[in-house]
Amino acid sequence: MVALTIPSIGRRAENTSPPSAAAEVMAGCSLRLIEQSLTARYSDWIAEALDEIQGCFLITDPGIAGHPIVFASRGFLAMSGYSREEVLGRNGRMFQGPATNRRSVLEIREAIREERTLQISLLNYRKDGTPHWILFHIFPVFGVDDGRVAHFVAVQVPIPRRSRSLSEARCGGARGRLFGACRNEVRSDCDLGCNLAADLFVDVDNRGLEAEESREASEQEKERASDAANSILSALTHCSKLTGRVVSSKRCRVGGIPTLSSSLIISLGRIKQSFVLTDPQLPDMPIVYASDEFLSLTGYSRHEILGHNYEFLNGPDTEVEVLHQIRQSIRAECACTVRLLNYRKDRSSFWNLLHVSPVRNASGKVAFYVNVQIDENAKSDGLGLSPHMRQLGVVGAVKVAVRSLSLCAGPSRPSS
Amino acid sequence: MLTIKRVPTVLSNYQEDSGESRGCGRNCLGKCCLPVSKLPLYAFKSDARPEISSCGVDEPPSDFFLNNLLLGGWEDRMSRGLFRYDVTACETKVIPGEYGFVAQLNEGRHLKKRPTEFRVDRVLQPFDPAKFNFTKVGQEEVLFRFEAGEGDKARFLESAAVGEANTPSVVAINVSPIEYGHVLLIPRVLDCLPQRIDPDSFLLALHMAAEAGSPYFRLGYNSLGAFATINHLHFQAYFLTMPFPVEKAPTQRIPIVKGLSQSKVKVSKLLNYPVRGLVYEGGNTLKDLSDIVANSCICLQENNIPFNVLISDSGRRIFLFPQCYAEKQALGEVSQEILDTQVNPAVWEISGHMVLKRKKDYDEASEEYAWRLLAEVSLSEARFEEVKAYIFEATGLESEEEKIEPEENKGTTPHQSSTTAAAAAANHFPEGCLVLQ
Repeated sequence: MVALTIPSIGRRAENTSPPSAAAEVMAGCSLRLIEQSLTARYSDWIAEALDEIQGCFLITDPGIAGHPIVFASRGFLAMSGYSREEVLGRNGRMFQGPATNRRSVLEIREAIREERTLQISLLNYRKDGTPHWILFHIFPVFGVDDGRVAHFVAVQVPIPRRSRSLSEARCGGARGRLFGACRNEVRSDCDLGCNLAADLFVDVDNRGLEAEESREASEQEKERASDAANSILSALTHCSKLTGRVVSSKRCRVGGIPTLSSSLIISLGRIKQSFVLTDPQLPDMPIVYASDEFLSLTGYSRHEILGHNYEFLNGPDTEVEVLHQIRQSIRAECACTVRLLNYRKDRSSFWNLLHVSPVRNASGKVAFYVNVQIDENAKSDGLGLSPHMRQLGVVGAVKVAVRSLSLCAGPSRPSS
Repeated sequence: MLTIKRVPTVLSNYQEDSGESRGCGRNCLGKCCLPVSKLPLYAFKSDARPEISSCGVDEPPSDFFLNNLLLGGWEDRMSRGLFRYDVTACETKVIPGEYGFVAQLNEGRHLKKRPTEFRVDRVLQPFDPAKFNFTKVGQEEVLFRFEAGEGDKARFLESAAVGEANTPSVVAINVSPIEYGHVLLIPRVLDCLPQRIDPDSFLLALHMAAEAGSPYFRLGYNSLGAFATINHLHFQAYFLTMPFPVEKAPTQRIPIVKGLSQSKVKVSKLLNYPVRGLVYEGGNTLKDLSDIVANSCICLQENNIPFNVLISDSGRRIFLFPQCYAEKQALGEVSQEILDTQVNPAVWEISGHMVLKRKKDYDEASEEYAWRLLAEVSLSEARFEEVKAYIFEATGLESEEEKIEPEENKGTTPHQSSTTAAAAAANHFPEGCLVLQ
C-alpha cells in the first residue's frame, strides 16, 4: 500500500525539513505531535513520574491522526519485547494477531468510541510472535478545560495459566486431540514433551469453550489493574496542574463551544487532507474541528483557530464576489466549489481550491459545513485523481463519520 | 412453484420494468461498449499476506481506496444527481435496547414501484439475459474496476482500457442506497454469472473488505430466495460507523477436531440472536477463510437452502445465515402485521439495520419488533443443526460438539461420533428447507 500513500500537501510545516520531502515533513510533524502529546499537557516531568509506576501500560492520544501510542512503560516494553521506538506512533492494533478474539477487539473499539472504562481479557502478541493472555484495562482521561478526552490509558496485566483452566478446557484427557490441537511447530516437536505441548495448547489454540472466549482474570489481577490505573491517573492529574491544563477521570461539562466526541475526532483524524468543520448552529459559524493538514497548510496552531469564523483566511486581495457566492450556497444548504486567494498566518498568500459542503447528521439535519482546501500549487497526489475528486473524498468520509456517530451521540455532546 | 410478491428495490437507473435492452451507443456495461471503454482501475495486491495474518506489521491502512476512490466517487455521483434520493437526509436512529438495532426511515426507496412476482423456491436459477442485469447499467454508475493485481503492491490507474480479452469486475453505485457509500461489487460482469457463490468471486469480496481497511465498511450477499432481486452475481457494501447488533452478539466456538488444523479458521455459532447463524474468523490467510466460507455457501446453494452472508471486520469475520423467510411468506406463514411493514429481511436487516418505509413503523420501532421480525427469518434449532451438519460434511469439518453439549443434539444419540452424525445427515439429505413442509 506504500505506493498509494498520499503525500501531504502541508509543505509549510513548522519544522525545517526541505519542502520537497513532503512525506518526511509529515512524518516529522506527527513525530513532533507524539513527543509533545504528553509534555504539552503534563509538563516535562511526566516521563519521570510515569517511569516510577510499576506495571505494563500504554498511553494513546485520540487527538492525533491514527490514534497513536504516545507512551509505553518499561514494564510494557519488557513484556512485549518491543523497543520504545518501535511502539511510539503506532496504533494499539499492532499487538493483535490471528487468534485474537475479534469480538473483544470490537468491545475495545466501542469503549473508545463511547469514551468509557473497560476491563477485558485479550490475547495479544509479543514481538516474537508468541501470544499471551492479558487483562486489558482501558480508561479515558478528560481535559477539564474543554471536556474532551486528552488521552486513553491502557493498563495490561498478564493472566497466567492456571492449572484449573487446563482441566476446564475440556480436553477430556484425549491426548490425541491435544496434539491435534497444537500448532504445526509444536506438533513437529513432539519430543519436547507433553507438558510444553499442553502449555502451548492453552496459549495458542484455546479450543475449550471457556478458553476460547477468554482467559478469566482473577480478582487479584483486576485489582492490580485498577491500582495501576489509579497511580497513573494521579500522576497525570498531578503533572497536569503544572501546565494549568488539568485533567480528570470524569468529564466536566463546559460552556462555550460544544466539543466533538473523541470518537468523531478519531474518525476525522483518519482523513489525511486539509479540511475544517464549522458549526452553523452556533453564532458566527465557528470552526469546531481542523485537520493536522489544515494546520500545516495555513501555519496556524489549533487553539488559534478553534472557535473562530473561517474567514480569517481571507485578506486584502480575496475576491468579495467569491465570498458572496460561498455565503449564498451555505444559505441554500448547497455545496460549492470555488478558487480564491487566501492567506497563511505569516500573511503569505496561496490560491485555495475550496469546496464547501453541508454535512447532515443522523436526523437528516445539517449539522456542520465541511470546508476542504487544496493549495493550487501543491503537487498532485501522483495517482491521477483530480483535486476535485480528492475534495469529494473528504466530504464523503466526513459525511459518513458525522452521520454514523451522531446516531448514538457520544457523551461529549450532551446537547444534541 | 413458490413465489412471493414484493416491491423490488431499484439498484440501477437502468432497471426498468420493460426489461428490454436499449441497444447501445450509451456506454453501458455490455459486450458492445465495455471492451472499448476506459475505466479507473484499482488493482489490489494479489499475494496478499493480508492484515488478517499480520501481527506486528501494521501500517495504518491507506485511506486511498475507501476515502478517495470509493467515497469520493460516490459523492461525485451524488452531486451529479444519479441517486434516487439523498440518503443522508433520511432520519435514522438506534432503537433503544440491549442490542442497538438501527432503524432508518426511508419513504423514497420503494416509491413508484409495483410489486413483482419472485420465485423463491430455487436458490440457483440460470442467468436470463432477457431480465434486467448489470450489463445494462450505464457506465456513469460505475466507480472503478476492482481486480487482483500482480506483486505485493496495490495499484491505481485513473483510466485503463478494458480490452476485448478482459471481463472486468466493477464497483458500481446502488441508486437506492440504504446508507452513504452503498455500492455493488459485480464480479466479471461480462461473464453474466447468475447469483451464485464461487470461491474466486467470494475471495474478491473479501479482498474488497480488506482493501477498505475499515471495520465499518461491510459487504453482504443475498442468495436467491433470501431476497436477492437480481439474478446477476453481485455483492453489496456500505459504510456505517457503528457496530451491527449481530457483531455484538455472543458466539460459541464449535470445537473442530478435523479439517481446520492448517488454516486456523475458527467456526462459532451465534448465541442469543434472533437469527441462527455460523461465524467464521481467523485463518492464516484471507484465502483460507474465504475458501471455507465459500464452500459452506456452495453447500447451501446446492442443497437449495437460501442464505445471507455478512463480511465484517475488514474481512476478518464472516457471518452465514441460512434462512427460510421467503418460503414462509410464500406459504402464508408470516403474520400480516409483519408483512405490512414491507421489510424484506435480507443481509442488512438480519445484521440489525432495518430500513422502514412507513413513518408509523419508524416511530414505533422497538427491539421487540426487530426481534420478532428476525425470528421469522431464522431456521428452527433442529433444522439449523441439520443444515450445519451438511455444511460440516461438505467442507470436511468434524466437530466435537455433541460431546460438549449433548442437549443441543437431540437428533443424535450422545455417544454418536461426529463422523457418524455427518454420515447420518448425508443419508437423509432432503432437498432443502422447503421439503420440510
